[in-house]
Amino acid sequence: MKMSFNKTSIKEILSKNKPLIVLLLLCLVMSMLNDRFWTWSNIIIVLRQTSINAVIATGMTFAILVGGIDLSVGSVVAICGAIAATLISSGMDTILVVLITLMLGLGIGLVNGVLITKGRLQPFIATLGTMTLLRGLTLLYTQGKPISTTGAVSSQSFSKIGTGYFLTIPIPVYIMIFVFIIAYYILRHLRIGRYIYALGSNEEATMYSGIKTENVKMFVYGSAGLLAALGGIIITARLGSAQPTAGSGYELDAIAAVVLGGTSMAGGVGTIFGTAIGALIIGLLNNALNLLQVPSYFQDVAKGVVILIAVLLDRKQKASR
Amino acid sequence: MSETLVSMKNISKEFSGNVVLDKVDFNIYKGEIMALLGENGAGKSTLMKILTGVYIKTSGEIYLDGSLVNFNNIKESQNHGIAIIHQELNLIRHLSIAENIFLGREPLKKAKNIDWKKLYADTKVWLDILGIKENPKELIKNISVGKQQLVEIAKALSLDAKIIIMDEPTGALTVSETKRLFEVVRDLKHKGHSIVYISHRLNEIFEICDDVTILRDGQLIAERNIKEVDEEKIIEMMVGRKLSEQYPRVSCIPGEMVLEVKGITNKFVSDVSFEIREGEILGVSGLMGAGRTELARTIYGIYKMDKGEILLDGKKAIIHNSTDALSLGIAYVSEDRKANGIVLGLDVRENITLASLKKFSGKFGNIHFAEEEASAQGYIEDMSVKTNGTKQLVRFLSGGNQQKVSIAKNLNTNPRVLILDEPTRGVDVGAKKEIYELINKFKLEGKGIIMISSEIPEIIGISDRVMVMHEGKVTDIISMEGASQENIMRLAVGKEVDEI
Repeated sequence: MKMSFNKTSIKEILSKNKPLIVLLLLCLVMSMLNDRFWTWSNIIIVLRQTSINAVIATGMTFAILVGGIDLSVGSVVAICGAIAATLISSGMDTILVVLITLMLGLGIGLVNGVLITKGRLQPFIATLGTMTLLRGLTLLYTQGKPISTTGAVSSQSFSKIGTGYFLTIPIPVYIMIFVFIIAYYILRHLRIGRYIYALGSNEEATMYSGIKTENVKMFVYGSAGLLAALGGIIITARLGSAQPTAGSGYELDAIAAVVLGGTSMAGGVGTIFGTAIGALIIGLLNNALNLLQVPSYFQDVAKGVVILIAVLLDRKQKASR
Repeated sequence: MSETLVSMKNISKEFSGNVVLDKVDFNIYKGEIMALLGENGAGKSTLMKILTGVYIKTSGEIYLDGSLVNFNNIKESQNHGIAIIHQELNLIRHLSIAENIFLGREPLKKAKNIDWKKLYADTKVWLDILGIKENPKELIKNISVGKQQLVEIAKALSLDAKIIIMDEPTGALTVSETKRLFEVVRDLKHKGHSIVYISHRLNEIFEICDDVTILRDGQLIAERNIKEVDEEKIIEMMVGRKLSEQYPRVSCIPGEMVLEVKGITNKFVSDVSFEIREGEILGVSGLMGAGRTELARTIYGIYKMDKGEILLDGKKAIIHNSTDALSLGIAYVSEDRKANGIVLGLDVRENITLASLKKFSGKFGNIHFAEEEASAQGYIEDMSVKTNGTKQLVRFLSGGNQQKVSIAKNLNTNPRVLILDEPTRGVDVGAKKEIYELINKFKLEGKGIIMISSEIPEIIGISDRVMVMHEGKVTDIISMEGASQENIMRLAVGKEVDEI
């Protein structure tokens, strides 16, 4: 009796979480194809590779939940990385640099927010504009050359953010988990989280309920900018230098993770847990294709196919409901 | 009586167990105009959607010209010469008249590109037949609603429609536009077309219809020749019961003045003034476009006020948005539930607390789930909301229960003044009575209530006083002693009682 109950509940969990099935399937296939896959060192590699996209995708989840999008996150990664590298090499303290960089990301996010609320621009258009603008500014600022952080006073402590370990687990993985927990708490336990879902499901009714929808949007795009800056810090710390082209295409990986996680592009439906799974699927896929030594041109093809299949599975299930 | 063109027999329709139509017969006669009447929710539009293939009937038969037909979509009914013109016109505003009329069946040249010359020439022919003096190239958004209505008719005719169903065609028309429409309709009739005419305006029915079919609560009440009935008889058949049974009335002595509105003016309303006391229901009546909803939304802070002031408990209230209104104690239950009343993607609990979430959360905005749950549970019990529980998505509730959730959401803000905009629209008869009883309860609790309604019997049955509006202005505020369906209707069309 108890057994059968357990069976149905596992079935239920899986049927509600198609992304989880895709993730488990990927794990299963990989464990059969490659015996290095289930090693501790490889798992750590996957998690660390996932972490940057996961952090950015969390901000993207907010934006997509309110029915919007943030295309500028990749460019925010680049400009924030460049600023962070400059400040570190100028001898500034790591903590101060991190704070300043995060504030810069937040500021850029708020500018997106203002363009969308006060400027009444479509989120797609507004952030397409800032994406291009910030990429150009980064190239101008860096003159197209990398900015190295090596040799500076706080260079070592800064690089720990990207390369350090604590209890054999990389620091970026802790950052990712911390971001997930905070985001989960915001969405499920705070008023603003409830407003995010309400706004994404029905903006007008939310406004009629006395909620200042513009403030909710400012929060959402501010968060997306802040988390992109955090992604920029991690990648710069990890490489020991800021690349002017860093983060290009990251917005698409983030969107893919969010959508793979079952979040609706129309807004109002989705979870952080889903985004975590989605980011892991993408991280795992990159890892698997490398382990299997798939040529890089084929990798994109394979990634595209898996993304489409996963999303189709999810949509089919929703349509049949 | 001329020959029967369409005969619908024993039509029944259920929506997930709810019977909306119960063995209804409906006939359309060749070259005649059939009025289809009934209160909101009587099943008129469901019946027409079945005839045009939008809905699939649960049981029953449809005969067209004596042979059994079965339409699975609107295209099939169109091919059989049936066209429907909806209340909200289905025209594309940024396309021209010609493009709209021939949308999807544009005349083509040999190379499969559009033959614009022929398109405009063909359109001109139809416009001439209907006497529309507009250039076929004119964009729909640039012509009046009356002409848009005629363009819809032109489209129907160009589809070779023998039967044209018109749903509330005059709702947004001016008097002269209505006159023009009637000329066209009579002309169509003489050319042998059959028309189904749905309207709430009884005088129009007597003016142009030949027969009348009356539905009530999904059942056929009667089919009569228009000469056999008068207005009173029709209303009696539509309502089916004495007003006093449907509308429970409670009386209480009004208390202090709660809300005073002085000379509100903006682009929707001009110089509107009224006042409400505690425990008083002010009914607001008027035709579509009279500015009732706009007035309510202006008081609620959605629309800007150019002139005038609002006093709450004698103090001037500054309201810039809905947040201000709610915090001052003015709540608004929207007429358009799905657009701005409730959030379909949230569950019952989340909707009930949406406007008052601050009450259920701590210093850092963290929601106290137990308190929230208790509040939602309380409203579900108090208002007998039929739901599986607080975690059910409101999407899956019936219209009446969604409306209760919408009202609960507003009550949770503890308002002094409750504005109810069409509180029983799209709500079935049983739930209607429950909502009236709720409104009476709020009245006894001493709230000031504004109830906007297009159903005059409802206004008469529930309100203590009635404010009638016409084209953004208040025509009169009358007490219940002077209120009858007729004089409210007269005031609604903009005539003073004494003038008649």
